[in-house]
Amino acid sequence: MMIEAIPTAFIFFAAAALILILPKGLARNIVMLGTPILSAVLVWNTGLGNFAQIPFFGFELEFMRLDKLSRIFVLIFCLAAFLGNLFAWHLRDSLQQVAALAYAGSAIGAAQAGDMITLFFYWEGTAIASVFLIWARGTAGAYATGMRYLIIQIASGVILIAGVAVFFAETGTITFDKMELASLGTWLIFISFGMKCAFPLLHNWLQDSYPAATITGTVILSAFTTKLAVYALARGFAGTEILIYIGTVMTLFPIFFAEIENDLRRVLAYSLNNQLGFMVVGVGIGTEMALNGTASHAFAHILYKALLFMSVGAVMFRTGTSKASELGGLYRTMPLTAVFCLIGAASISAFPLFSGFVTKSLTLTAVAEEHKLIIWLCLVFASAGVLSHSGIKIPFFTFFAHDSGMRPKEAPRHMLWAMGITAFLCIAIGVYPDPLYALLPYDLDYHPYTMDHVVAQLQLLFFALLAFAVIFRAGLHPPEIRAVNMDSDVIYRKFTPSVMRYLAFVVAALFRGVTGMINRSAARLVHRLHHSHGPDGSRAASWPAGAMVMSIAALLGLALLVIFFS
Amino acid sequence: MAVEPHTVEHTARTLMDHLPVLQVLIPFCTGPIIVFLGSRRLAWPLAFVASALSLIVSLMLLWQVKDGGYIAYTLGGWEPPLGIEYRIDAANAFVLMLISLIGTITLPYALISVADEIKRRDHTLFYACWMLCFTGLLGMVATADAFNVFVFLEISSLSTYVLVAMGADRDRRALTAAYDYLIMGTIGATFFVIGLGMIYMATGTLNMADIADRLADQGANRTVRSGFAFVIVGMGLKIAMFPLHLWLPKAYVFAPSAVTVFLAATATKAAIYVMLRFTFSVYRPEFTYATNTLEMIFLPLAVIAMFSASFVAAFQTNFKRMLAYSSVAQIGYILLGVAILNETGLTAGIVHLFNHGITKALMFMGVGAFVLRAGGSFYAQIAGLGRQMPLTGAALVIGGLSLIGVPGTAGFISKWYLVQAAFERAPDNPMYLAIAVSVVLSSLLAVVYVWRAFEAMYLMAPATDIRAKEAPLLMLVPMWVLAIACIWFGIDTDLIAGAAAQAAAGLFEGSQGMLEMKGAVH
Repeated sequence: MMIEAIPTAFIFFAAAALILILPKGLARNIVMLGTPILSAVLVWNTGLGNFAQIPFFGFELEFMRLDKLSRIFVLIFCLAAFLGNLFAWHLRDSLQQVAALAYAGSAIGAAQAGDMITLFFYWEGTAIASVFLIWARGTAGAYATGMRYLIIQIASGVILIAGVAVFFAETGTITFDKMELASLGTWLIFISFGMKCAFPLLHNWLQDSYPAATITGTVILSAFTTKLAVYALARGFAGTEILIYIGTVMTLFPIFFAEIENDLRRVLAYSLNNQLGFMVVGVGIGTEMALNGTASHAFAHILYKALLFMSVGAVMFRTGTSKASELGGLYRTMPLTAVFCLIGAASISAFPLFSGFVTKSLTLTAVAEEHKLIIWLCLVFASAGVLSHSGIKIPFFTFFAHDSGMRPKEAPRHMLWAMGITAFLCIAIGVYPDPLYALLPYDLDYHPYTMDHVVAQLQLLFFALLAFAVIFRAGLHPPEIRAVNMDSDVIYRKFTPSVMRYLAFVVAALFRGVTGMINRSAARLVHRLHHSHGPDGSRAASWPAGAMVMSIAALLGLALLVIFFS
Repeated sequence: MAVEPHTVEHTARTLMDHLPVLQVLIPFCTGPIIVFLGSRRLAWPLAFVASALSLIVSLMLLWQVKDGGYIAYTLGGWEPPLGIEYRIDAANAFVLMLISLIGTITLPYALISVADEIKRRDHTLFYACWMLCFTGLLGMVATADAFNVFVFLEISSLSTYVLVAMGADRDRRALTAAYDYLIMGTIGATFFVIGLGMIYMATGTLNMADIADRLADQGANRTVRSGFAFVIVGMGLKIAMFPLHLWLPKAYVFAPSAVTVFLAATATKAAIYVMLRFTFSVYRPEFTYATNTLEMIFLPLAVIAMFSASFVAAFQTNFKRMLAYSSVAQIGYILLGVAILNETGLTAGIVHLFNHGITKALMFMGVGAFVLRAGGSFYAQIAGLGRQMPLTGAALVIGGLSLIGVPGTAGFISKWYLVQAAFERAPDNPMYLAIAVSVVLSSLLAVVYVWRAFEAMYLMAPATDIRAKEAPLLMLVPMWVLAIACIWFGIDTDLIAGAAAQAAAGLFEGSQGMLEMKGAVH
């Protein structure tokens, strides 16, 4: 037993327990905001090392491993918890407050775990704590979504512990460090990480659940689970080549879905998936430059994605909807929210002077250094896609486009503060990235603001903008205005070019076919099981005594047979 | 601590020396006393004091043997093999402790539950029967005489049939359940005694150690082999081993709640102990036919039980019945641990015997509290009760988590050992990898069936507008003692896993040999 510093997760859990005994209101909010700040300060002052080892079953559990890779994730998690809690200042719901703290604590604990048993504990912790943020919405749909979410997250944990057990049998160690993707154990662990990271075909839970959570819940959710998975991949599977291809597919396919989606929170969920792709590619490349890219991208991404979710959430808070077809023209009455949203959009689109530019370029550079041209082109294409669906679509259809006629009040003050701080950080990182670069896992000598880099990026962005403008102009003809009365989804699709629609159709059909097949066979299996094992099935029926006696006679016969012939 | 040969002339023994027989004698005498006094008011206190004394005795016994060795006790000073011998080692001291612990914890719970479910005039007899059942279970574990096992088995079985039938005041189907159990239990016991007869025919003795010695000398012949088959299958029925489990769900569902709690945690466990004793100390795993029986019959049946019974549990609409089927599945885990046939596996089985005992007792107690307040245990009837009875609900949640095997609860420990045991054998037989995976997969099914109960308790709208009161304190305290135990033993593994490892090691060593009574004067 060796504990030199309190593991940060314990501080969060203690705070979550404290919340329950405090009266609702200011006292609780102080704890909600104070905990992440205190934790971040403690982590920063603790320095680097391995601070809490607790023996368990003959294993050494390492509860607080702080090295440069885990520290940056711990710090951004603290920051995200602070911002998310500030955004949720108005909440008086014990359940959501406790869940938010426990969730953040679990994610931080997982990032600090030095062995895979501890990792598993926290891995499940994030699953269980976060589902309450979805259920807190209280609708029947949210309940069903939460269930689906929980099942997948728990399954990921179960696969993880199975993998750890096999890995332990293979190697005799449970230390969480770089692994070779070569044995059953490592594959199981890899798949478990992949589920949380929303790998293609394992991704559905993300778009399903995040838009279903509460307004504040989504902001919290967007920060932790997937980035934890990215951290785990970076820790365990850096330089695993297959990740490059997985990541590339991840950057591409959500674009089509995001383009045709009407619910803006779901658009953001797709774009989150796409952003994860960049990070996964970085992990797959595995060079120092690439891992720096992944870590810094995760850092910046948590901020701007939270900012976008916050701005859409603020709009939803005031108007009650996040559907693109029902919104529009809100800049008149929510100007500050609109500005913050634009900052977030600019960041995610990687405009120079915003955070996305200085971080995403690290990954792109790393890919280029490895001379992977096709991957590089795909990522560039995906960047353009990001601009289109997150950079333009979100702010445009919320705050501009056609006037919805709604005149909601500006967002509440605490939301403005939360968004303001986040927006400030997005710009600060973009303008002066050196402090962030200093935090990165490896030493870095990189200058994002070179002539060719800026020009290339601006070219990309402006041509993408131009394309959007042309398409929008061409599409905005009288027939669309008449279509206002039609199903919102249909209107929205008319704005998008038919090529896009065609592509989306093919991709969607493909995915729907595969997932549908899985769903149908699962349903058939459950039905068949219910027939045999259900309350009326033969396996559960009460048998007459005679039949029971038959079974014992049969077993005796079998036993005698085995015994005599051996 | 090996046995001290009686070298001194005098034969006076202190109370400490009599502990093995006191373990059985205390409840054995209390049963008739309750009947003779015939006082409804005195029945429960007497039963409780007897159980508490048994618990103390069992703890003292466990304390003496937990680091190895055994205590031999000759009944009336008659020398075995003619006289009856009680022999306590780590394995049966552990099971004695489990049985008397559950008996002592369940009685306070039973007071209110029994008053609610059984007619007043039957209460005295109920507690008398309870004591007899308790005696039978303790006796069949403590004794080292094969025929004595049968006698105590019958004592416990007969009183169990009566206890189950007492559920008839609430639901007449308890009678058919008890009747089925009686038929099946009698057949099981008959098989067992037939097996003993064959062993006796071949060896001419009934003392277990003596049998073991002679079996080792004379090797295997048809009689001895068939004896093994009969003993094992007969006990398999008492264990409720799949597919001989069909009596169990009915008996558990229709018995009075307190009886279900007690039986679920002890009756099958005592039978498992007897099976272990016969497989490891009387017969030996070195005998190929014993090994083959375990690997070719027990192992596949255990795995099938883990899945089949779990599926049935997952589809149930009655909480009690769900738990009953889950018991069948959990017994599968215990038998799997035994059938893996290494020390870790046996440890896993014995640990799970204890952990499942306390977990299932806790779960059935919670359901019993719901039955008290809502009058039934169908999910529709207990809908929303978790919120109305928060303490009962929370205890059930802990029990449910332990049943699944969530880390930090007792259930996790046993599954961890089980998976490890399978991995230990995986290098020479890859089939054991699949078995390890199946343990994990079937735990997922436990998530499903436990979740369905949680859903009914917390998320479904209550069936009636009447708010159910929290369970009475006398029921809550036993529940929470067990709930805390579930967590405690999930974190502090030294006590249970240590004792179980010792028990497993002892069983693997085989028979300790006949008791030598040099110089004893009788």
